[in-house]
Amino acid sequence: MLKASVVVFPGSNCDTDCYHALKDVMGMDVSYVWHKERELAGCDLVVIPGGFSYGDYLRTGAVARFSPVMESVRKHAAQGRPVIGICNGFQILLEAGLLPGAMLRNRGMNFVCKHVWLRVDDTNNLFTGSLDEGSLLNIPIAHGEGNYYCDADTLKRLQNESRIVFRYSSEEGSTLEEFNPNGSVENIAGILNEQRNVLGMMPHPERATEDLLGSRDGRRIWESILAQTR
Amino acid sequence: MYKAEINVTLKKSVLDPQGQTVLHALSSLGYQDAKALRIGKYFELIVDEKDRKTAESRIREMCDKVLINPVIEEYSLQLTENAVLRG
Repeated sequence: MLKASVVVFPGSNCDTDCYHALKDVMGMDVSYVWHKERELAGCDLVVIPGGFSYGDYLRTGAVARFSPVMESVRKHAAQGRPVIGICNGFQILLEAGLLPGAMLRNRGMNFVCKHVWLRVDDTNNLFTGSLDEGSLLNIPIAHGEGNYYCDADTLKRLQNESRIVFRYSSEEGSTLEEFNPNGSVENIAGILNEQRNVLGMMPHPERATEDLLGSRDGRRIWESILAQTR
Repeated sequence: MYKAEINVTLKKSVLDPQGQTVLHALSSLGYQDAKALRIGKYFELIVDEKDRKTAESRIREMCDKVLINPVIEEYSLQLTENAVLRG
């Protein structure tokens, strides 16, 4: 059974959602790991959930990255094992330097909370390896700082190395600017590290795993991880 | 003791959504002469160091490691000697 650890920081608030989705819906063996711990309980998958770790003080994710647990997350990642950071988790991975770039306040300054469409632009990784390129996923976002920024050289690298996994799109897969909810460069919603085992994404796949929640498309990401991590 | 006054802004190449929004608000209030606005933050940091050189290099290290995100931000630093701890 796939073992997942959900890291909990003071101010995390999507930790129980992740726990529920991964355990009760996806059937993984899930445990919480408090940010002060140094061990990840021998897990296969690390999940850094959303929320407002440390009240977003200084910058989103800026304080969380100094938590003791992050050293273990770094080691886990360096061993090529999967790490997924969702929303604030993505912001933490950026601040920790495990992913390139940074987050700015949303264009328009609004906290955006709604279901969006994502186009899967890369499947050469374990998070979307079971999906077809161009697949469209209906998954909610909920953030005030999801306006992904990186410089031109970094963007070129991300594109050349096919590390942009998700882009905000229309229901038909168009990535025109009007389907960009927050101003992110190139409609970026999720990216990989160079080794392709660390994924950061602003949308919440744990919130789209049951019909009751309006979409089950998030399952396809978890199913992919399950299938590819055997 | 040295006091560092650190002013942080987004890099010129980075769009500042907050500054843009406030500039727009100013102009809709009739301040058409307001032409550009960038919002940043300010740190006042007191360090217990004997000499200026060490103080500056320690402070710059703290900026680069924690206080600033060099991907999007830049800063200016002003150092004053004989700083007093208050509060």
